[in-house]
Amino acid sequence: MKITLHVWRQSDAKDKGHFEKYVHPNVSPDSSFLEMLDEVNEDLLSQNKEPIAFDNDCREGICGACGMVINGAPHGPQRLTTTCQLHMRKFKDGDEVWIEPWRAKAFPVIRDLIVDRGAMDRIIEAGGYISINTQNAQDANALPIPKPVADKAMDAATCIGCGACVAACPNAAAMLFTSAKVSHLGLLPQGQPERARRVGNMVAQMEAEGFGGCTNHGDCAEACPKGIGLEFIARMNRDFFGAMLKSPDHIPARWKRR
Amino acid sequence: MELKSNAPLIDAQHPIATAWERHRFNMKLVNPANKRKYSVIVVGTGLAGASAAATLAELGYNIKAFCFQDSPRRAHSIAAQGGINAAKDYPGDGDSVFRLFYDTVKGGDYRSREANVYRLAQLSLNIIDQAVGQGVPLAREYGGLLSNRSFGGAQVSRTFYARGQTGQQLLLGAYQALARQIEANKVEMHVRTEMMDLIVIDGRARGIVSRNLVTGALEAHIADAVVLASGGYGNVYFLSTNAMASNGSAAWRAYRRGALFANPCYTQIHPTCIPVHGEHQSKLTLMSESLRNDGRVWVPKKAEDCGKNPNTIPEEDRDYYLERKYPSFGNLVPRDVASRNAKMVCDEGRGVGATKLGVYLDFSDAINRLGKHVVEERYGNLFEMYERITDEDPYKTPMRIFPAVHYTMGGLWVDYNLQSNIPGLFVLGEANFSDHGANRLGASALMQGLADGYFVIPYTLGHYLATATVDKALPKIAEDHEAVVATLDEVKARVDQLMSIGGSRTPDSFHKELGKIMWEHVGMGRTEAGLKTALELIPKLRAEFYKDLKVVGAAESLNITLEKAARVADFLELAELMARDALNRAESCGGHFREESQTEEGEAKRDDEQFSYVAAWAFKGADEAPELHKEALTFDHVKLTQRSYK
Ligand SMILES: Cc1cc2nc3c(=O)[nH]c(=O)nc-3n(C[C@H](O)[C@H](O)[C@H](O)COP(=O)(O)OP(=O)(O)OC[C@H]3O[C@@H](n4cnc5c(N)ncnc54)[C@H](O)[C@@H]3O)c2cc1C
Ligand code: FES
Repeated sequence: MKITLHVWRQSDAKDKGHFEKYVHPNVSPDSSFLEMLDEVNEDLLSQNKEPIAFDNDCREGICGACGMVINGAPHGPQRLTTTCQLHMRKFKDGDEVWIEPWRAKAFPVIRDLIVDRGAMDRIIEAGGYISINTQNAQDANALPIPKPVADKAMDAATCIGCGACVAACPNAAAMLFTSAKVSHLGLLPQGQPERARRVGNMVAQMEAEGFGGCTNHGDCAEACPKGIGLEFIARMNRDFFGAMLKSPDHIPARWKRR
Repeated sequence: MELKSNAPLIDAQHPIATAWERHRFNMKLVNPANKRKYSVIVVGTGLAGASAAATLAELGYNIKAFCFQDSPRRAHSIAAQGGINAAKDYPGDGDSVFRLFYDTVKGGDYRSREANVYRLAQLSLNIIDQAVGQGVPLAREYGGLLSNRSFGGAQVSRTFYARGQTGQQLLLGAYQALARQIEANKVEMHVRTEMMDLIVIDGRARGIVSRNLVTGALEAHIADAVVLASGGYGNVYFLSTNAMASNGSAAWRAYRRGALFANPCYTQIHPTCIPVHGEHQSKLTLMSESLRNDGRVWVPKKAEDCGKNPNTIPEEDRDYYLERKYPSFGNLVPRDVASRNAKMVCDEGRGVGATKLGVYLDFSDAINRLGKHVVEERYGNLFEMYERITDEDPYKTPMRIFPAVHYTMGGLWVDYNLQSNIPGLFVLGEANFSDHGANRLGASALMQGLADGYFVIPYTLGHYLATATVDKALPKIAEDHEAVVATLDEVKARVDQLMSIGGSRTPDSFHKELGKIMWEHVGMGRTEAGLKTALELIPKLRAEFYKDLKVVGAAESLNITLEKAARVADFLELAELMARDALNRAESCGGHFREESQTEEGEAKRDDEQFSYVAAWAFKGADEAPELHKEALTFDHVKLTQRSYK
């Protein structure tokens, strides 16, 4: 099939960027979206042009590296599917496809479709862990955890950190991402001692990174390729206000100053 | 060079079960206040690297960690599906440390070091405790205790899992521990940064040269020791189940600086992957091994039936070849046996699908026996993934599967301390050759990576630093030290060379061609003639690469073509060493099948008299043949037998 692409090209963070048009005359419906882009890139190279830069690695929908806005939708038209798992049979002969990077203040463009998602790592660094050193763990079965609780924690832990939720949100908020980690750890008994501190620090970091606030649009959950639900945002809000009421000490100064 | 395993004494008075404990006691410690005076480089943030970096930082060392992805959380380990083994014996079905040890040595076809494997089995217990402590949501039963399953033909249930995302959850556990140390300023994390070379000074590993993948800047980093946890090199075949950017360059560069490369020919080919669909294919997708628990493998008896709709082929015209040849194991034979048999039937012209490189994995019996809902409950997510990729519904049409390169057992040679022959260079995870012999058992790579990173390196690295300090062997190195400058210059020259060839072929086109040579001649069935052909074709291709490579753009910016070209350049050298090693090893063992060495029934035949050794190769110069060193393997606890799955 023939596909016409309009791809965002931007040489570096300072460049203003623009769309460029490419025509792929002969796309196999069995190829994946990224394989189609690979072919476009081989073609560009053969014309001595620089290929389109995009992040990707596992191509199995699990590493969270890939991610682009395809015809206005983060990861494209298929629900619960990352860009790398999207296949060209979801498109029609003659289709025009617009491809852009994630757009968010906290995700500066590095080049073409590649953005800097370091802000998400810094949210985790602010508290998305259980403080236990290697070597002093008790026997794994000493602490039974009811299956429904473990399953719910796993639902949250399934987040791949791709950033589609931020790209989908009109406010470019990182609530779904942050709440997934807050909930994963906050649901488990091991996560209780640091629960209040964790949510305080992570929310503060989220704000400091320039992510927007949540106004309950729900676009994030719609766009999430792993089906992370809005219930986790509600959970995080409860945790956060609970933490503030019970132990305001856990709320970092930079939050209180606002 | 004599290769010393440095394993502790093991004999009647000194049992293998106490070896690690004794060894730990005998190792020197670094005083807690002194740890912060040392700096350590960790290359890689997969299970092995992230667990090592986090643990070393907790102990107080100053760590610089590197990965080429945009976040440490995206290392290839994230993609592991099935699970992680541990000899916990929670199900009470007779598992033990000794049994896991025994199974691993046997599964590796008696080509691994007993002392290492025993320690691995022991440490498997601690890994699960550590992971649960970190909040890794491993699967549980209704009673709240951890759930286990049997995996890869093991006769006990010792595999822990987190849905089909075990690697993801374990890696996130290690990544979170790492994040905590980054926040504590004990780890300086360099993302989107690729190690380009190893700095060796006075015979010791003292640093690396890296390239910042965003700016292109080349930088030297100096440290007291270097830990490589850079993963496997399966992508030498172009098509594999590895992540797109997984590569062998870090290990290869260390090899060129003097580290020995052990058993490079040991490659694992996984039997259940989605077949290749066309030339544009960029990678292969694994379908979990668990599918073979309920699916039946078959091809048509007659080649002329291969193009037909499988549902119209009557029972009597189908050949359930695994059940026919291996009545007791049937569809559950080990990976290498299942893969080789799939190749055999396709070679006979009985493969299915457009490319004729595929066999059926049929669930219709299981659906009739158990009901569709049970099959859906067990494999629903895999069926969905299959349908997303192939557009076929496996509930109605049998799946098509074919073997694919999956894992490399070979890697840099290390001793019992996980130290290479270059003092101060430690190698962990898939990048080393250590514990899996000639064939890795399912769910054992995650175990090994985490054992190395959490529980071995913290001790052995401390011992090295303490000893080297006493020996006054770790002087402060200035940034303008001649070896540092020389290494930086060499890397720069290499980058400039790749940029300036000005030919007409893309890195990918060379990579694809190399992959075809390797799959054809250094793949599932290897022959002397085929390997010799590979040894002619690979240098030719390499010569063409340096004449006709095309890279556009600038070296001082983000340049995906340049990144790829540098990795392919190293694959073109590594491939040759793999073929050479495969030619040298004129026996069949595990994943290495030499057609000349098979039993009357066509099974792999080892030659313990001649080949019970680790083949460790030393670099002798770009145009020189490498030199082979042998580490003899002895087996005192496991009886050598010919594997049989009849
Ligand atoms: C699809 C699939 C499924 C699997 N399932 C299982 C399973 O169920 N159970 C099991 O036990 N095993 C499984 N395995 C195998 C297992 O996942 C790997 O062997 C293991 O995760 C390797 O971990 P690692 O830490 O050694 O390396 P990796 O996870 O590959 O990490 C390598 C790291 O090194 C970095 N790196 C590499 N080179 C450089 C460089 N030059 N400069 C800077 N950084 C560099 C990378 O950025 C990355 O961070 C599976 C493998 C695949 C492909
Ligand atoms: S490339 Fe890993 S999720 Fe898409």
